[in-house]
Amino acid sequence: MKKAFPIIFLSIMIAIIYMPILVLVVYSFTDAPNIGPIHHFSLHNYVTLFTREELTSMIWGTLLLALGSALLSTILGTLGAIGAFYSKKGTTTFMNSMNQIPVVNADVVTGFSICILLIVTMGVSKESYIPLVLGHTVLSAPFVYLSVVPKLKQMDGSLYEAAIDLGAKPSVALRKVVLPQIMPGIVSGFALAVTLSLDDYFVASYTKPATFDTISTYVVNATKGSQTDIKTALWALSTIIFAVVILVVVIMNLSGRRDTKKDGKEASI
Amino acid sequence: MSVFRFSRKQLGIPYALFLMFFVVAPLLVIIYYAFTNGEGRFTLDNLSGFFTDPNTIGTLFYSFALAIVTTAVCLIIAYPIAYVLARSNMRHKSVIVMIFVLPMWINFTLRITALKEILTVIEGNLAFHPFLNSVIGMCYDFLPFMILPMYTTLMKLDGTLLEAANDLGASPLQTFLKVTLPLSVPGIVSGIVMVLLPSMTNYVVLDMLYNSTYIMGSLIGSYFAAYDWHNGSMISLILLLIILIFTLFTNQYEDDTNARGGAIL
Repeated sequence: MKKAFPIIFLSIMIAIIYMPILVLVVYSFTDAPNIGPIHHFSLHNYVTLFTREELTSMIWGTLLLALGSALLSTILGTLGAIGAFYSKKGTTTFMNSMNQIPVVNADVVTGFSICILLIVTMGVSKESYIPLVLGHTVLSAPFVYLSVVPKLKQMDGSLYEAAIDLGAKPSVALRKVVLPQIMPGIVSGFALAVTLSLDDYFVASYTKPATFDTISTYVVNATKGSQTDIKTALWALSTIIFAVVILVVVIMNLSGRRDTKKDGKEASI
Repeated sequence: MSVFRFSRKQLGIPYALFLMFFVVAPLLVIIYYAFTNGEGRFTLDNLSGFFTDPNTIGTLFYSFALAIVTTAVCLIIAYPIAYVLARSNMRHKSVIVMIFVLPMWINFTLRITALKEILTVIEGNLAFHPFLNSVIGMCYDFLPFMILPMYTTLMKLDGTLLEAANDLGASPLQTFLKVTLPLSVPGIVSGIVMVLLPSMTNYVVLDMLYNSTYIMGSLIGSYFAAYDWHNGSMISLILLLIILIFTLFTNQYEDDTNARGGAIL
């Protein structure tokens, strides 16, 4: 009895959390326009999702933006973390505090302030995508920085010195000795940057070109609109994203477990 | 030697410049806009306007009320989950933790769409209970961010302390109140940080649920839509101040675990 209680409690919570998503998953395979009686199995939501121009271009645009801004964030954040790590204490503290601003700041304020600086004050056109990409980089780069810094701290510093003593140029030592050791931090920073960009609504809504939509801004507009076929096509999109997330988590867990066997100490960090 | 000597420190320069131009400079511009009018003259009208307009000051108090209730409800739901997950010795525990954290990787607008469909079936028109539905929507959105830091803290809790309390004759309730709860404070504070500020600013959740919003974030949205940069900047500045005070206050309790950063386990 005592053992059963936690399992029952957790099961109820999981059921509540997942019920809305699972209902949408089921309804995405029907022709029902609302959550209500189901008449027929149908794949027309998926057909709409992959054939309607505005939907496909919105999905590709979101993915491209996420990968592009994540790449930029990873380069900037990683170099920043290395630079700050080898700087004097004062400089490091200064970098850390600047880096912390977008982390604690509300996304609404981040988005609005970038819009005011770039678009209102400097007159950069929204249509150039520059404010949008920079905005998402501001959102993500600090988290790359934060995931690389601990790896630098754990690194064995004497290996770099050894490489220099053995005649390696600093740039070579950095590439061949330091970089491999902080790679796990860079990879998880990149993954985090992608998910932050995919999940963002606020920065995008203040900086995006008028005709461009990310998944978030598109979904918000669609829930206010009355186009039923778009609304139900988004159920199909939710189903696909849900499936992809589960797949990624399973793959990450499996590869993590293999690493644990190979090198238990490193993977547990 | 005239050759440029490569130094590791210099690698940080691009990022330092990036932060100055796109993080610090925008905030300075916000301050400038908040204290000027359309002609670029210094003014305190935006500030006094905020505190005298019943609409804006009402929004501030409504945001506080909503944020506090949302955070409290989230905490009451999330703490038992984190506690059970951390203290029990179930098999496949990491998988179960993953199940609770996984929703945070699904785009939040799609999750709220799903919630809206279900709530509409249960309640009918969601606009009849705006406060209740705001709390439900935000808790649903933020719950994983509350569970994760508390779980991390409770996992680190030294089990021998609980045994010691038990051996010294404390009842399970006493052990919980005097040992477990005080030691989980850093996780609780991290969780509060993750939920309190977003529930003052994430107006999209409310906008999607019942097409109307009445919190601080939505003021920025409506000034933005009206091209009123000056009043929009003033709201941003007030939010920044609230965030600053809140951060200074919570920093002393908080673990260095950041739930948003900890999302990639």
